[in-house]
Amino acid sequence: MDEIKEKYKEVKGKYDVIIIGAGLVGSIIARWLSKYNLNILLIDKEPDVSTGTSKANTAIIHAGYDSPFGTLRGKLVVDGNRMFYQMCEELEVPYKMCGTYVVALTDEDIKTLEKLMENGRKKGVPGLEIISGEEMRHREPYINPDVKGALYAPTGGIGDPFMLTVAAAENAVMNGTKILLETKALDFVVEPFSLHKKKVSGVVTNRGTFLADVTIASAGLYCDELMEKLGIKYDFYVRARKGEYYVFDKAKKLQVKTVLFPCPTPVTKGILVTTTIHDNMILGPTAKEIKDKEDTSVTPMGLEELYEGAKRLVPKLELTDVIRTFAGLRAGGFLHDFIIEAPPKYWGFINLAGIESPGMASSAAIAEYVVNLVQEQGLELRKKNNWNPIRKSRPDFSKLSLEEQGRLIEKNPLYGRIVCRCEIVTEGEIVAEIHAPIPARTYDAIKRRTWLGTGRCQGSFDTPRVIEILSRELGILPTDVIKESKGSNFLTRLTKEVPERGLND
Amino acid sequence: MIEKRYDVVVIGSGPAGLAAAIAAKKAGANDVVIIERDIELGGILLQCIHNGFGIEIFEEDLTGPEYAHRFIVQSKDVGVEALLDTMVLDLTPRREIYAINKRNGMIKIDVGAVVLAMGCRERPRGALAIPGYRPAGIYTAGTAQRLVNIEGYMPGERFVILGSGDIGMIMARRLTFEGAKVERMIEILPYISGLKRNYVQCLLDYDIPLQLKHTVIDIKGRDRVEAVVSAQVDENWKPIPGTEDTIPCDTLLLSVGLIPENELSKKAGVELDPLTGGPYVDETMQTNVPGIFAAGNVVHVYDLVDWVTKAGFLAGRYAGKYAIQQRRESERKLRVIAGNNVHHVLPHILDPLSLKREPQDLQLRVQWPVEDRIWINVEVDGKLIKQQAERYARPSEMIKVILSPEDYKKVVGAKELLIRVEER
Repeated sequence: MDEIKEKYKEVKGKYDVIIIGAGLVGSIIARWLSKYNLNILLIDKEPDVSTGTSKANTAIIHAGYDSPFGTLRGKLVVDGNRMFYQMCEELEVPYKMCGTYVVALTDEDIKTLEKLMENGRKKGVPGLEIISGEEMRHREPYINPDVKGALYAPTGGIGDPFMLTVAAAENAVMNGTKILLETKALDFVVEPFSLHKKKVSGVVTNRGTFLADVTIASAGLYCDELMEKLGIKYDFYVRARKGEYYVFDKAKKLQVKTVLFPCPTPVTKGILVTTTIHDNMILGPTAKEIKDKEDTSVTPMGLEELYEGAKRLVPKLELTDVIRTFAGLRAGGFLHDFIIEAPPKYWGFINLAGIESPGMASSAAIAEYVVNLVQEQGLELRKKNNWNPIRKSRPDFSKLSLEEQGRLIEKNPLYGRIVCRCEIVTEGEIVAEIHAPIPARTYDAIKRRTWLGTGRCQGSFDTPRVIEILSRELGILPTDVIKESKGSNFLTRLTKEVPERGLND
Repeated sequence: MIEKRYDVVVIGSGPAGLAAAIAAKKAGANDVVIIERDIELGGILLQCIHNGFGIEIFEEDLTGPEYAHRFIVQSKDVGVEALLDTMVLDLTPRREIYAINKRNGMIKIDVGAVVLAMGCRERPRGALAIPGYRPAGIYTAGTAQRLVNIEGYMPGERFVILGSGDIGMIMARRLTFEGAKVERMIEILPYISGLKRNYVQCLLDYDIPLQLKHTVIDIKGRDRVEAVVSAQVDENWKPIPGTEDTIPCDTLLLSVGLIPENELSKKAGVELDPLTGGPYVDETMQTNVPGIFAAGNVVHVYDLVDWVTKAGFLAGRYAGKYAIQQRRESERKLRVIAGNNVHHVLPHILDPLSLKREPQDLQLRVQWPVEDRIWINVEVDGKLIKQQAERYARPSEMIKVILSPEDYKKVVGAKELLIRVEER
């Protein structure tokens, strides 16, 4: 074991700042820090960015009325929401500012709405309003006819967490940040600093040691394991909280257009009925604390709970048009607050823990908060005058007019071949993502960026074609093409080739 | 954008599409084109390398590619065109097709009649909401068939097949031939859903166990499938606790039903029968949208390819007739064209039959003023048929030229009527 550790101790680089974890929050922190004259390294253990909590969530841009006044979460979500839409504009990432609704079905619920509205107004959430049941039925015709009223938050909406993560990481890379994927933080380099403090001066990874003046851990579900390496134990625990979801076919007639929350309970905001940025209706999430941080399995109980929960909001709901189920894990903190701090016993180290909902809406404010902490850790921050906030999006063929589509094919014939028929994704878009600044090197990486394979045939048509394209563009064997993680290969061997185990195994 | 016109466009080149195109051509349609999204004609038949095709039509036992080949040859003999590697993006109720490919970019096609022959797709895992992980190694039987028979790669080594559709059974045998192990086929119904002959020739002959009244209730494995858990179901199709059985495997194939592929049909306003998932059709295979016909698995899922071909012949024949009628109507009409110093003229189109019945007004405005004596000339195919004298012409004043029923003989059969202003 020690021998292995020694092997990784070879120093491979020295940076001003290392960020562990290229999820949504880590990537946006990298982008924010890239405004300054810093040498930054962003690492992630997986082959792509946005593979943990960032890839499987409800994608709501929370307005911020519910997180309690006086908490860090309560403050950052309001500030973050205010900054969110501009960030999406700069990064050319889609969003829908459609507003969100908390739906009251009883008179008791109306009281909860009033409390939420008061909490929100105290925090400065703009435009909050309790609308009548009649108005709610008018805005969402499929809503439970018993609706008594709803809290409308006009600044809430629906985002695209995958593309936001990719775009933020790309923008950071454009501005000089270095990114290393399949690079797992195993341990920290710790040195004596002062009487009461030790200095964290780098990270030991499977690809060698990287030194830094400031190390930022944005490790999502794994933050507690990393903290253990430093002997930091919080008086709360971080557990994986599983959320299961149903996804519906776009062509479904019964369609919700905005974001519908039930009245919240102390534990959870409840099961929502909403849509994705690509207009698929979704139900979710459940909220179940589990021990296994990789257990993203869907359960019969979870699905049952989803259906029952969602039917309270939309009673006519039927499961006939379901095209997918999935589950994601979020870092559920016991305290229900974000922990973003420089632990007192260390110098040069910042930790982010328990960043669950509303992490995406808060992300820009979190990044700004972290920038201040970095400064407090002794780094002198000077703004670069050539920082470029704009990341150009790549063409989304399905969103273009017929004329624009024609012109695009003229420029690059690869846009003339449709690879995903349900979502209209072309070979040109796939190849562009494979060769983007943050390259999409797996099937799921392409799926997150283009929405390929998410339609009603669920990849039956595109899979053989994507394998072929990935193999060609990356110069690897088709049998080496993977879905998401190491070991998730699609193909085992050529036909007519005798399997390794023999024929009569 | 390239613009084209065809009498008949057939969308899809499987057995229904090939037959429809041939029949349309034989019915007298001038130009017939098949639009196919793959790089060659034949559709799913090309990946069906097993036999059992053509027993009704040819009284022979052919493989899928052989069966397709016969119709591909015939389509070429009768002069059917093909647009390959081309995807139709849109079909409007007025029978305008927008399609793309790498060579031509965006293509707009005006069509006399359309035959929808897009076939069907397979029901995916999501539709069943099977609990568990979402690793690599879950394929529909048809996707696995493409990987093995077209791409030449094995999607796994140890298989469990859920559902007893025909493709699933065919693949059970095919994978066994390739040295893979098919652990089990699991069917929720108390009977198989595919053909009896496939059960005998593909499962029984190769000792592949079939478990009826069972389903898959869990999928294990985070990166790649490691096992699936099966369970017996009760009469309400609910799993019976205590009957769970974990089957180690690396691949789960799904053969759980086919759904007619009608996304394009919906765009054209074609009404669908919720029971079949396909369009409502009359005895000529015409849908509710005039001039749009449908044939094959896009209408309802067939058991034998021979019946698909026959449905294609029927739809194609009537589509051809419809297109000829359309062409005759449009050829009969004259386009009225504004020539020298004519800003515009109404009507834009003139049916000579109307002129035969009664006089017809041509109303025009000039482009610039001429304060001198002029002729308003009416020409047909370069020949002057009428001249009207005016003392002046001003854009502010409309000029009327009346064609009389005596002019009918001079214009019938022509394509264009040209109006222009000349000095006198």
